[in-house]
Amino acid sequence: MDETVAEYIRRTVLKIPREEIKMMLQKWGFLSEAQLQTLNFHQIKDNISQEVVHLCEENSADIKQAAALDIIYNHMYQNKRMWSVYQMKKSGEELEYFDITDFKKKFKGSLRSALKNVTITFKEYEDNAIWIRVAWGTPYKKPNQYKPSYVVYHLQTPYVFISASVLKSNLPLLCQALIVASNYHGIREMELRSHSLNSLKDIVFKRYSQNFQTYTPKPLQGGNLEPENADIRIVQENRSEKERIHRLNQEVFGSGPQPKLEFAQYQLETMFKSDPKMDVLDKKEPFRCLVKFSSPHLLESLKSLAPAGMADAPLSPLLTCIPHKARNYFKIREKKCLFPESFVSP
Amino acid sequence: HLATSLPLPSERDHLRPRIDLVVFMIDIKSKYSLKNVETSLAHVDASFFLGKVCFLVTGVGRVNACSIETNAVCKLGEAYCSPVLFCELELEGIRVTTAQRLLRMLRICAGHIPGVSALSFVSLMRKSYDD
Repeated sequence: MDETVAEYIRRTVLKIPREEIKMMLQKWGFLSEAQLQTLNFHQIKDNISQEVVHLCEENSADIKQAAALDIIYNHMYQNKRMWSVYQMKKSGEELEYFDITDFKKKFKGSLRSALKNVTITFKEYEDNAIWIRVAWGTPYKKPNQYKPSYVVYHLQTPYVFISASVLKSNLPLLCQALIVASNYHGIREMELRSHSLNSLKDIVFKRYSQNFQTYTPKPLQGGNLEPENADIRIVQENRSEKERIHRLNQEVFGSGPQPKLEFAQYQLETMFKSDPKMDVLDKKEPFRCLVKFSSPHLLESLKSLAPAGMADAPLSPLLTCIPHKARNYFKIREKKCLFPESFVSP
Repeated sequence: HLATSLPLPSERDHLRPRIDLVVFMIDIKSKYSLKNVETSLAHVDASFFLGKVCFLVTGVGRVNACSIETNAVCKLGEAYCSPVLFCELELEGIRVTTAQRLLRMLRICAGHIPGVSALSFVSLMRKSYDD
């Protein structure tokens, strides 16, 4: 077995938490059940990984199998990577019958025609998603297995989720291969990024709970506003205000869990508005400024701002439009008309 | 009765009993909290400041997150002749003790303790080295 393959397998196993190693090797299916029985999973990981490598040598593993194990690891720990969302564009023709083998062949063909040294691995999952792992090389070097790119393509949707490696120059090749393989005409990067792949899927497939405007002439009964204050001796003086905030929040965010995003970034290119007498910034140029909101769970924290009394309800639409517009990176420019307000560029 | 600020909503005026004690809660982690209390103080009738007002500063356990200086709060207490209590709501023991203190003050303010009035009690609470 190739030394580089052995080392790669060893390092991949080392990444897996000890309790999960057995399950992941079983999922991999490359080692037989009998071989797995011989492994001692109660020793230190260094030793476990060495033993796994020995067994792989017995079975003559090659880079294909090693890459398959890597996909399984990254599928399970997908939230460790940063994912970007891309949308493919059709020219309006009817989509032909989609053949997965055809897709794979065209994808490999397109990449290999541009770059000989690539490792391409596919894995299909039940949720109609196909995971593609690409390790990149150069015309003179073998592929670097430690910095691969991952693509998650949901069949029958125009959406692709890419976790690119550091080598940004390979992105155009990847996009080209995707368009060719899937019979689309173009691809564009959406301004939507997060660590949580499922949340990104929820946003673009509109699977999160949105609140649809329903006509309610009377305010809804705020039934579960303060469940813990069952003590009737406590009187909330601002109950109507609390209920108003709760109702507005429900309208904007819906009542279900929010998709998990970590950032919202606003690039401002607006004019600095100051007292004309102060004459700050006499050059009439836009004041460039970057505002970044970060949180372990941005949308849930925005949702709890008004009820916690930290912001007025309703919140700015710039914040609340994030899931509807499916973006969390914005450029805000000056609106050139009578009302000097800022607007969001497409 | 819990309220987020003063004045109280007027639509509930007829449902409210006599007010014996007003406790202003200031979260030491929030400058906004102090500002809100300062604005609300203007809506309190002067007669309350004869022992029926108290400041409760919460969140003092989290030393790293303090946004307000204790000096500022103590000055506020002196300006309004009202006692300042410090507590940490996240610790159950302190929470219970503080509640008990407030209840004892409330009983005095409501006139349930014979021989002790709100005014005499608050002058006892004042720090002696300030005089």
